[in-house]
Order: sequence, then structure tokens, then C-alpha cells
Amino acid sequence: MSLHIGCAAAPGQAQENKTGSWRVFKPVYDHEKCTSCGMCQLICPEGCVHETDKKYDPDYDFCKGCGLCAAECPATAISMIKEEK
Amino acid sequence: MKEILEGSHAVAEAVRLCKPDVISAYPITPQTHIVERLAEMVADGDLDSEYMCVESEFSALSACLGASAAGSRVYSATSSQGLLLMAEVCFNVAGMRQPIVMSIANRAISAPLSIWNDQQDSIALRDSGWIQMYAEDAQEVHDFHYIAYKVAEDHQILLPVFICFDGFILSHTYEPVDIPTQSEVDAFLPPYKPYNMLDAKNPLSMGMYATPDYYMEFRYEIDQAMQRSADLIKKVGKEFGEKFGRDYSGLVESYELKDAEVAIVAMGSICGTIKDAIDEMRAEGKKVGLLRIITYRPFPAEDVKSALAGIKKIGVFEKNLSIGARMKGAVGYEIKDAVDDQSAQVLSYVAGLGGRDITIADIKKMVQEIEAGRGDCFFGLRQELI
Repeated sequence: MSLHIGCAAAPGQAQENKTGSWRVFKPVYDHEKCTSCGMCQLICPEGCVHETDKKYDPDYDFCKGCGLCAAECPATAISMIKEEK
Repeated sequence: MKEILEGSHAVAEAVRLCKPDVISAYPITPQTHIVERLAEMVADGDLDSEYMCVESEFSALSACLGASAAGSRVYSATSSQGLLLMAEVCFNVAGMRQPIVMSIANRAISAPLSIWNDQQDSIALRDSGWIQMYAEDAQEVHDFHYIAYKVAEDHQILLPVFICFDGFILSHTYEPVDIPTQSEVDAFLPPYKPYNMLDAKNPLSMGMYATPDYYMEFRYEIDQAMQRSADLIKKVGKEFGEKFGRDYSGLVESYELKDAEVAIVAMGSICGTIKDAIDEMRAEGKKVGLLRIITYRPFPAEDVKSALAGIKKIGVFEKNLSIGARMKGAVGYEIKDAVDDQSAQVLSYVAGLGGRDITIADIKKMVQEIEAGRGDCFFGLRQELI
């Protein structure tokens, strides 16, 4: 991304800022235990849990590893794993 | 046409001729007469500007920032506490590269409360990214507005400008001022062409956040633009001289410096008094000169170095105090750094704070102190009070 005078940007540019790099703990979803209740998607402050055919997955480009999904999952299907970089 | 004008009205007349689209300001002594006069001009139909009344200086400069981002030529004015209340927005204006011009009727900072003059307010905003010019008299403060807009709005620069002039000493005194005609000003200062602007049809955000991977480069770019502005101020000041007969091609002014053994460095209206003191001292055989700093940001280090070359005794007259600094004043350090000569003595003298009068006799006494090598101190303290 090149610099624009005054840090000006067209709408939607924030998507280029992959905030996933801030993460220390990474949520890992166990699809065997998952009941597809959708709580993780509802609770995610970043809106970055996506659903395909009742299967939920975090978008690691933007997940900051806050752990809310893991804390709230009724089926304890999500574990937070320390990420080595 | 020459008119006898109050300094504040000399500013207002220049602003009228620069035709700002939007003016927003909040009245504060000693800036008030500028914005009162501009409000009258708008009300009387002599100036076709949007005059936005707001409830504080923070809102005033915020309104200016928004108006500027929307593609308007914008003007504001303030002093002292008002400038400090604008401080956060000042950094944003420079960071978003909006070419706002703002007059600062320099006034001391509370506490204790003082409405009188020194230069602490604009010096406190030294690092905010605004160009800072200091006027010596009403004509200069008038003329600087034309130069300021032309420099600020250049797409190679895009930085805001403070035009600083001493509160009361210049803002409330009357002097003859040569006012150009509208067509002369129009020929010198073209209509504002925004580099980019807020437009609902082509949406844009300004001053977005920059992660650690980008922030430093943005700050670097602002500094580069400030460095570039030095040459443009000289060029535009020269062009102004060719058109109007008053040359502003120098970022500093040398007065009787050629054979000087002692040099005083100062900014603003005090330089008039210092020149008179120098004339008297020269008549008495003392080789004293003055280096007047006109543009403090960008700091004209090379010009200072060449103007003071060979002079071994230099005293910097400071109307500001950097509390806790060894030299006391903020300007002295930069003079010392620019001179960069171990055999030259550069001393700082904090004087005239909170409106204390500086006389010719005071300046002669200061020269004696410079000669004696005593400095980096307050000058003119009332010993009986401390």
C-alpha cells in the first residue's frame, strides 16, 4: 500500500489492514464437537466468524484472538492455542 | 492604498482580500478585533465567506479542518489559551495536510492569568507541523497572509501556517499599511485548488489510522514538506516583492551584522526596538547587530549560520520559557546548533514574559551581559520579589 498525502483513503481500505497479526492466542474450532448453534459468530466483536453449510470458521486475517468465542461456546468446541510466529 | 490601521484590522483587510470560503474562530483577547472586523465584513456583504460561530476554539479549528477537507480556503485566528485548546486539532490539520492559515496574536499562557504579550503560545505548538512566521510590524503581518496562503496551498507543501504577531504591541496599535487592490491580490494568489477533497460522489476518508508499519513514513513526509517549504517561502516572498515592492525573500533579516562583534537574535515586534537600540549603540561606537528570525518553522539553520558567521558573541532574546531547560529559552538551542562554532558563545535571555516592557535601555544592558558572557537566564527579574 503506497502512502497518500494526509493519510487519505477511499472507503473499504481498512480491510487491507490484516489485524490478525495482533493475535497471540489462536482459536481452533473442533467441528466434531460443534453443534452449529452460531453463538461464536454472534459474539465475535470483529464479525470475522463465517459460516458455510452450518460449519463455522474464524477468518484468521482479522481474528485478533480475543477468545470470546471460546469462552462462550456452549459445546466447548473452541480452544485457544498459543501461536508461535 | 495606504491607510492608518490598527494591526488587527490590517490582518482582517488581508484576509478579506484572500477571499476565504470559510472563517471560524472564537474571540479571545488580543485576537478579538480581527474576528470582529471579519464578522462585520461578512455581515455588511463586503466579504463573501461562510462565518461559522462556534462555542470554543476546539470547535473553531475543528470546523476549519472539516471545511478545508471539503475543499474550502479557510481562515482562523486565536491567542494563548485558545491556541492551547486547539492543540489537538493543530496536529491533525498538519497531519491531514490541510493548508489552513491562522493568525496568532501572541499572548502569554496561564497560570498566572495574563492577557499580555509573549510568544509562549505559538512556541508551545512548535512541533505541531505548522509553518510559523513572526511579523515585526503591521505591514508585515498584513503581507504575510498573501504569502502564507500561496505557500500553504502549493501541492508540494500542503501545510498550515501560523502568522504570529505580538498581541497588543502590534494587534492594538495603529500604523500606516499599504493595502493592495483585489485585482492585484487575485493576480498574485490564484483561487484555491484542493489536492483532494471530501465529495459524496467520490468518497474519501482523511487522517486514517496508520499501523506501526506506516506511521513513521507519514510523519517523515510531513517533515519533508516542511523542509521543502523553506525554498518556496523565499520564492513566493521574492515574487511578492517584485509585485508589491516589499521583498520577503529572506527567512531571516540581518541588521548591521556585517562587521558586528555582538549579535542579538530575536523574533517579532521587539526587533523594531532592538534596531533603534543598535543605532544608538553604533553611534557610541559599539559594533552590535541583529538577526531577526522571520520563519521559525521551518527553522532556517543554514541562513542563521551564514548570517552569524564569524561573530563570537551572540545573545538570543526569548519571549518564551522552556521550563527546566538549561538555556531557559527554546529558540537559543536552535541558534546554537545552527551556529555550530565552539569558539562562538551563544547565550539565551528570557525577557518580556507576560507583557513586561522591554526598553532600549534594557537592550543595551543585555548587550553588556552578552559581552560579559553571562546568560542562559531570565533577564529583568525584579529581585525584590523573589
